[in-house]
Amino acid sequence: MNKQKLVVIGNGMAPGKALETLLELAPDAYDITIFNAEPRVNYNRIMLSPVLSGESTFEDIIIHGDGWYIENGITLYKGHKVTEIDRDAKTVTSEGGITAQYDKLLFATGSNPFIIPLPGHNLPGVLAYRDLDDVDAMLIAARSGGKAVVIGGGLLGLEAAAGLQMQGMEVTVLHLMPTLMERQLDESAGYLLEKTLTERGLKIITKANSKEILGDKKVEGVRLEDGTELEADIVIMAVGIRPNKSLAEESGLEVNRGILVDAKMQTSDPDIYAVGECIEFESNCYGLVAPLYDQAKIVGKELAQHDTEGFIHPETATKLKVTGVNLYSAGDFAEGEDREDIILRDATQGIYKRLVLKDNVIIGVVLYGDTEDGPWFFQHIKDRTDITDMRETLIFGPAYQGGAAVDPLQAVAALPDDTEICGCNGVSKCDIINAIDEKNLSNLDDVRAHTKASASCGTCTGLVEKLLAIQLGDDFKPNAIKPVCGCTDKGHDEVRRLILSKDLKSIPAVFQELEWETPGGCAKCRPAINYYLVCAWPDEYVDDGYSRFINERVHANIQKDGTYSVVPRVWGGVTSSRELRAIADVVDKFDIPTVKYTGGQRIDLLGVKKEDLPRVWSDLNDAGMVSGHAYAKGLRTVKTCVGTDWCRFGTQDSTGLGIKLEKMLWGAWAPHKLKLAVSGCPRNCAEATCKDIGVVCVDSGYELHFAGAAGLHIKGTEKLYTLETEDEVMEHVAALTQMYREQGHYLDRIYKWVDKVGLDYIRETMLDDIQRKAYAESFHFSQKFYQVDPWKERVEGKEAHHFTPIEIVQPKAEVLEPAE
Amino acid sequence: MSKTALNWFDVCAPEDIPFQGSRVLRTPQTVIALFKTTDGEIFALDDECSFKTRKFSMRPEICPLSQGIVHGKLVTCPVHNETFSLETGESIGEDDERVRTYPTRLVAGTIQIQLALAVEAA
Repeated sequence: MNKQKLVVIGNGMAPGKALETLLELAPDAYDITIFNAEPRVNYNRIMLSPVLSGESTFEDIIIHGDGWYIENGITLYKGHKVTEIDRDAKTVTSEGGITAQYDKLLFATGSNPFIIPLPGHNLPGVLAYRDLDDVDAMLIAARSGGKAVVIGGGLLGLEAAAGLQMQGMEVTVLHLMPTLMERQLDESAGYLLEKTLTERGLKIITKANSKEILGDKKVEGVRLEDGTELEADIVIMAVGIRPNKSLAEESGLEVNRGILVDAKMQTSDPDIYAVGECIEFESNCYGLVAPLYDQAKIVGKELAQHDTEGFIHPETATKLKVTGVNLYSAGDFAEGEDREDIILRDATQGIYKRLVLKDNVIIGVVLYGDTEDGPWFFQHIKDRTDITDMRETLIFGPAYQGGAAVDPLQAVAALPDDTEICGCNGVSKCDIINAIDEKNLSNLDDVRAHTKASASCGTCTGLVEKLLAIQLGDDFKPNAIKPVCGCTDKGHDEVRRLILSKDLKSIPAVFQELEWETPGGCAKCRPAINYYLVCAWPDEYVDDGYSRFINERVHANIQKDGTYSVVPRVWGGVTSSRELRAIADVVDKFDIPTVKYTGGQRIDLLGVKKEDLPRVWSDLNDAGMVSGHAYAKGLRTVKTCVGTDWCRFGTQDSTGLGIKLEKMLWGAWAPHKLKLAVSGCPRNCAEATCKDIGVVCVDSGYELHFAGAAGLHIKGTEKLYTLETEDEVMEHVAALTQMYREQGHYLDRIYKWVDKVGLDYIRETMLDDIQRKAYAESFHFSQKFYQVDPWKERVEGKEAHHFTPIEIVQPKAEVLEPAE
Repeated sequence: MSKTALNWFDVCAPEDIPFQGSRVLRTPQTVIALFKTTDGEIFALDDECSFKTRKFSMRPEICPLSQGIVHGKLVTCPVHNETFSLETGESIGEDDERVRTYPTRLVAGTIQIQLALAVEAA
């Protein structure tokens, strides 16, 4: 068989997907030649923002490496711009002088950034934001710091601004309209976005009409219509894109705003197709990846001579790829008399959700802050689902439909096959399911490797995991959702979410509302639920001692012979003769059999009788000592070395910092025990790198480590980053502790929590000023209610009857010891 | 004068035992745990989980069931995590373990327990 010749002009994401489709269906149908004006292979253009911000590298975002072209026998001319097409002879010719014959030609020339023809727009330093060359130019400019002005507060402009800011530039965004991203967001979400970005240090000027770009030999600033002048070392124009149609126009193809195509992506010449941002279909042009991939699949099938249903102008959904900003929008959300809104706002969490309904169908959705349910709403928009029956709970998303919370797996299982799961890479539910089945994939990494789903921004990881769980059933272990215990089928995360969303403030309320299968729970779930309530409602919830393990109930550690051990707090491991004398006196007075140093730099008094506990505590309190919470799922110790006060090698005051940290953290309950250490230099005498949270002082500041453990499992810490001041350490540790308190599953140490949510996510959140400060604030709020010495309370009479015998009338039988 | 037989002994008022909590009752023969469920039902069991790690040790091993978590009509041992029925004293699980139970009753606002213990004249 004689192979036909296919020539492709352009090597972006759309032709890449088209060729993938073609090669899958008809691998031997064509000899393929690609002319690419950019001197490189096919890469994921929507992931340029993470490259700009430094979170990814170019290698991370390559879709097809050189090997792919070789394997598939494709000839790729890199850096060859096509200058001429002879439709009669069916040839294309490049600037480099290469001429290629075609039977079928595919236009994929993409789009050009729109440059506003302001005075000065040709000055060096005025850049677009379109391809890797632009990103490289920006990175070079950012290297010397300085100021950047971004013209355009839409999707691309904001991504560019955030990236430049992360590279250390001082950035101002000029936006013509009153609110940011007005094409994708309504006013409220636009306001939240502006607030978030402003708080993160971006300067944003709305209603800003740029008049002139200033500068002599290169850019020096921008002048607005009202006379305001802004200094700038670079100016980024990100006001929109225009389909790149000039070559098609010169070749005599029918064009309007873009190259005109029909539903089969055919141009006015039946042997020439066009796909991607260069086309115009039914008066629409496209810039988002999902519809481009849909077009590409149609072109691929057409070329393979498979039937297609043809392209239908789709609804599209938008996400902003700025670290720490979650927003999602889809459909139509203009206000109108025939429309209704469902709105959910949570001001403290910075969450805004709005659904726009018309005739009981969702036509638009805007989500800010919590976007996980976006694809679910989007699917209902596409399906035009009648939502009458779920109206009451609709805004809460798929997990809350059907009156009670349903299994989140079922909600995902119920999504139609063509639901787009991964917006970054345009992967649908059935793509993922087919890959799992056909290639026997068994974990998240496999799915990422084969489909790229969740491999880019990662926000759809949860959905992909649920698909794995659905396909593999019990065989999917690592991240499968485990119920809290046998009393419920709900997992820890869901229970915590529901406690907050349903305002559940007591254990019976949780059992009732979440339909516990046992009346009083069990020894596994009761302590977990009690902790979740303590964490969620620090000022309102009354701690239930009877849902705690005995050690936390009586604030001492039960020993195998039924006696208890008592460990007073020794702040940062520093004690005094007065404290030691008091401890010695207590040992003598109560005949305590064993006195032992612990690994956490304090003293353990073992073998205390339960009825003696209040009097032992009283004597220790008198010497100024409080409970060391050696029994707690909460802060245990902050181990220190001597630091600059004494040590020849010390770089910072490690002891002082350790004491400060311990004074800040004591009394806080947590999913599991929390041990810290502060080492004064990298010799690490306080062994900070195997703690839940560790600080290693260095000359330039404080390395913050976390997620270590030295128990059943031995694990070195992960280094988060280095901080400059003690105050920063205090804030970051408070925030990190609170994030763990709010997210960790009960009985998961920090390292297990990290395994579940991912180190990168935690680091990103912690580096986000807004989120970090909010977590730290929540922590300090909770501490207002929990920094009370439990020993002192009991010495003063709280629950005294539990420690005091009661008399009974009958001889030979007496109640001696109360058990609480 | 004394005679050994089953006798009822006053213990305490129901209010003296916290809901979902317990009290310890020491008799000349043994130590008993008194439990009160959320419904206010009272149960009495030997205050010792019947599981023992049979390792050599200088120190006697006592794991008081009274210190466990009460849930429904069950209590979970704080040391071994084994769960026992408050009604029958039988363990819930694969091991066939049993803790002794004692009858209780409420007479004129006072909990009474039945013990094989002599009543001495005052």
